[in-house]
Amino acid sequence: MRDTNIEDIELELLLEGIFQRYGYDFRHYSRASIKRRVKHFMAKSGQGKISEVTTLALHDSNFFQQLVEDFSVPVTEMFRDPDVYQALREKVLPRLATYPFIKIWHAGCASGEEVYSLAILLKEEGLYERTTIYATDFNEIVLAKAKQGIYPLADVKRNIENYRRAGGKGSLAEYFDALYDSIIMSKTIKKNITFARHNLAIDQVFGEMNLILCRNVLIYFDKMLQERVLHLFNDSIIRGGFLCLGKKESLQFFEIYEHYKDIDSSSKIYQKKQREQPGSAPL
Amino acid sequence: MNDFVKYQAIAIGASAGGLAALAEIFAALPENFPLPILVAQHLHFNQDDGYLKYFANRTLLPVKDADDKERIKRGHIYFAPPNYHLLVEKDQTLSLSVDPRVKYSRPSIDVLFESAADIFSSLLIGIVLTGANDDGAMGLKAIKERGGLAIVQAPATAEVDCMPRSAIATGAVDHILPLTEIGPFLCALVTPKD
Repeated sequence: MRDTNIEDIELELLLEGIFQRYGYDFRHYSRASIKRRVKHFMAKSGQGKISEVTTLALHDSNFFQQLVEDFSVPVTEMFRDPDVYQALREKVLPRLATYPFIKIWHAGCASGEEVYSLAILLKEEGLYERTTIYATDFNEIVLAKAKQGIYPLADVKRNIENYRRAGGKGSLAEYFDALYDSIIMSKTIKKNITFARHNLAIDQVFGEMNLILCRNVLIYFDKMLQERVLHLFNDSIIRGGFLCLGKKESLQFFEIYEHYKDIDSSSKIYQKKQREQPGSAPL
Repeated sequence: MNDFVKYQAIAIGASAGGLAALAEIFAALPENFPLPILVAQHLHFNQDDGYLKYFANRTLLPVKDADDKERIKRGHIYFAPPNYHLLVEKDQTLSLSVDPRVKYSRPSIDVLFESAADIFSSLLIGIVLTGANDDGAMGLKAIKERGGLAIVQAPATAEVDCMPRSAIATGAVDHILPLTEIGPFLCALVTPKD
């Protein structure tokens, strides 16, 4: 048997062990990425074989915490893909403006940069005061970071450039305070955001949302888990509500697509149809 | 796939000067070329898909950005989308990731090569082309270690020779070929010998 096949078995056992011991379900994550992350972790922490990681992870919960932190390396930035924010501003927010209260779920919010970007967008369009944003992630460590809203000053130049390209109307500096070599998001931007732990792999529906954003999360899941999560979203979005996925993620090949129409195909923004066509099955 | 074809896939890594080099290779491949080609080309992260149009009339093979969970088809050329890593899954579908840059690069050639080597092992051909860094060197070594075929563009024919030189320096290389010979060489590899 080739070494890679043995490694695949070891990886399978590690993920099963983590699930049984800690309830974190990585069993339906894309294998290629998770294998890479495990190997990256091994190189850093000095294990030669995946099964050694399994032994330590099962018996030492501190070791497991380090591992799980590495499993979910958040990589994001403010106004990532500025054109998507531009599209949200022009095509989604005007329709949300017709509601007295707006509920938004940002699923897989990582360290929070994109949540604050959205909050800024809502503020500039005059909708923030009647909006609640639920920002969730399965990883408590990144969630704590998101809640703090403290980011490196070194990234500000790029963030401002993104903000400008996203059609920013004022100055990004209005929304944060500089603090030594960091920026901290201001209270006026934080106040309507609720950060909560939610695991897309195992947890349930989150409420009746006008808009769900989940960008660059589904690419880490296998088809089966993608199906699960999209059903979860479908059950959480009101009729006429919106779903925004990552630019390389698509609803098109999934069952629930028939209940949606394309709002912006490049930004992967979809709207749930107001009512079903006659003759089709109810949701 | 025809029985005589010894290989299942080709993975190519390119950086500075890569688009012209890739075009040169692709132009030499016939319409019925039997292998899929996976490409990690370093691009500016805000680049649109203009580079796909660039290839449209320079090759007979279909060229596209890889979609997440897309099944790999023979004779198709798949690019890692700008700002995403491209990886290969066990069921021979493609997957994307936004994991951190590797050697300042996303897409990373090493990431593509190592994950493709994991799946195709000795049935993979890896090619390192022109570029100004050392991405791809470790990945090509991984391909060679799994028994795959490692090809590097001859540095003298590269617009920027740093990347081919780094790959050659690992010692894990089967063929060092001038750019103009890589396409014909691939054709010969997949043509039955009487």
